[in-house]
Amino acid sequence: MTSAPPNAPPTPPPNGPLVEVREVEKFYRRGTETVHVLDGIELEVQAGEFLALMGPSGSGKSTLLNLIGGLDRPTRGTVRVADKRIDRLSDRQLAAWRSRHIGFVFQLYNLMPVLTAERNVELPLLLTRLSRAQRRRHVQLALHVVGLAHRTRHFPPQLSGGEQQRVGIARAIVTDPTVLLCDEPTGDLDRKSGDEVLDLLQALNREFGKTIIMVTHDPHASARASRTVHLFKGQILAEAPL
Amino acid sequence: MKYLHLLGSNLRRKKLRTSLTLLSIVMAFILFGYLAAIRVGLNAGVDVAGADRLFVRHRVSIAQLLPESYRARMERIPGVARATHATWFGGIYQDPKNFFPQMPVDPEPFLELYPEYILPPDQRRAWLHARTGAIVGRTTADRFGWRIGDRIPIQATIWTKRDGSRTWEFDLVGIYDGAARGTDTTQMFFRYDYFEETRLFGKGQVGWFNVRVRDPEESAEVARRIDAEFANSSYETKAETEKAFLQGWARQIGDIGTIIKAILSAVFFTILLVAGNTMAQSVRERTGELGVLKAMGFTNGQMLGLVLAESCFLSGLGGALGLTAAWGLIGAGDPTQGALAVFYLPHRDLLTGLGLALALGLVTGAMPALQAMRLRIADALRKT
Repeated sequence: MTSAPPNAPPTPPPNGPLVEVREVEKFYRRGTETVHVLDGIELEVQAGEFLALMGPSGSGKSTLLNLIGGLDRPTRGTVRVADKRIDRLSDRQLAAWRSRHIGFVFQLYNLMPVLTAERNVELPLLLTRLSRAQRRRHVQLALHVVGLAHRTRHFPPQLSGGEQQRVGIARAIVTDPTVLLCDEPTGDLDRKSGDEVLDLLQALNREFGKTIIMVTHDPHASARASRTVHLFKGQILAEAPL
Repeated sequence: MKYLHLLGSNLRRKKLRTSLTLLSIVMAFILFGYLAAIRVGLNAGVDVAGADRLFVRHRVSIAQLLPESYRARMERIPGVARATHATWFGGIYQDPKNFFPQMPVDPEPFLELYPEYILPPDQRRAWLHARTGAIVGRTTADRFGWRIGDRIPIQATIWTKRDGSRTWEFDLVGIYDGAARGTDTTQMFFRYDYFEETRLFGKGQVGWFNVRVRDPEESAEVARRIDAEFANSSYETKAETEKAFLQGWARQIGDIGTIIKAILSAVFFTILLVAGNTMAQSVRERTGELGVLKAMGFTNGQMLGLVLAESCFLSGLGGALGLTAAWGLIGAGDPTQGALAVFYLPHRDLLTGLGLALALGLVTGAMPALQAMRLRIADALRKT
């Protein structure tokens, strides 16, 4: 997983933090009412960090993750990832940027039930110029890293929850993205499977140097991170480095 | 190409629903093919009608006879190159359901005016020498298994023989083919001189004339001259181009084109709703998955393309299968057992059908594709 991303030249290490969120506000209009989801967020994440974002439901942690992942834009403020200011990019530019720099892991795995594990993992590689053989090699490697090299031809319904989430992680890392964003990755798993997934994320961080930002409200999960940031009502309350 | 398995997998997601939608599209295109072939059959000859030929009949009705002597007078009219005549015989071969047209004609001028009937030279010579000789088109010969040398008995419904009998016997001396695909090869032609000397009544009279003009540009003027020549006589004429006559003949059962368009419009509107609903439902069910694809970096344009490709693939496959099935069924033969002189699916209609299939895919996929394109990722992921 230390090889260059398959679809772009390697990103040079940023001069400052890998992720930089400055004075970010996000609000929605619901009828005549304005709902503030994020309010004056300041956050920095260094390359190689494993950050946990914690907070109760509605605290804005998933919204913050979406902003860092380029799935949404802030109402005010700036979001910079790997020296690129992403809050000003067009939809098309953002899509191309996400395909190169971001890997997402979702709470409910979000695999395509009609595709085999290897076909699911291959999906992000369809956006690259890699040949079929090259894509296959990357897929095999990613599935090997998550310990599912023997389950390539299985469809998601034939896999356990933990295995499905590991396929989801393989899909997220197959393009060797700059940042791995995980939204409650253990939220739908039992303790044992959750631990296996957390072990895997920790290994990706420690052994392969992956920068990981993980949203969770499980203290057991956040304990695996190198730093925890707490959000409450759209504001950062405190940081708890380990 | 690399997205093909994604398209295929999506279509296999709900196999029963996809199969039923596909089947409805296949049936619509079989109907399209059949109606196109029926339209060709009912407009028989219009497409291959000679641009330089006029059809001259009695002004009152085609059922009224005209004097055979008009032929010589017509050939003297400026602009007329050649004239010949034919008469409706209306006989029955074995059983009334074995319908095919029979007509007495003057062989030499007839074959000269109708080069689209291809008759081998030896068979042509045989016809000119055999007084009771007849030639028949390939379709009818194949239908009844006739071979050259067969004696064909035809029961007259109009033309009683001089001896009071109604059974006419003809020696099959030739089998003609059509020069073009739309050429009618169901007809039987026999010699007018044999007809004239054998019939009991109507001596010296014929059903209509076929006239070749020297310059097709002058067809209307020559037709006017022919009608003027016989105006105020006991047998006034109505001359018109062969194409106009055949179109008028076809319209006797209604405006076929409009009827067929109306039926097809109703069918395709229904299919539009069925296929459109399938696509819309399919995309709605996959909102979360589409959101994930966009999160990975699929662009709005790619999402639009994926959904449109899916709907075009479904309707294209249905259209291709339907048209292929129609082609096969139509090739197996005319379902009316010979009532349609020609029955085939023209290439032009095949191409129209394929175009229609593509258009169906684009129209049914347009709305779901736009929805997929405009999907906000954060909203889509919340729906998983």
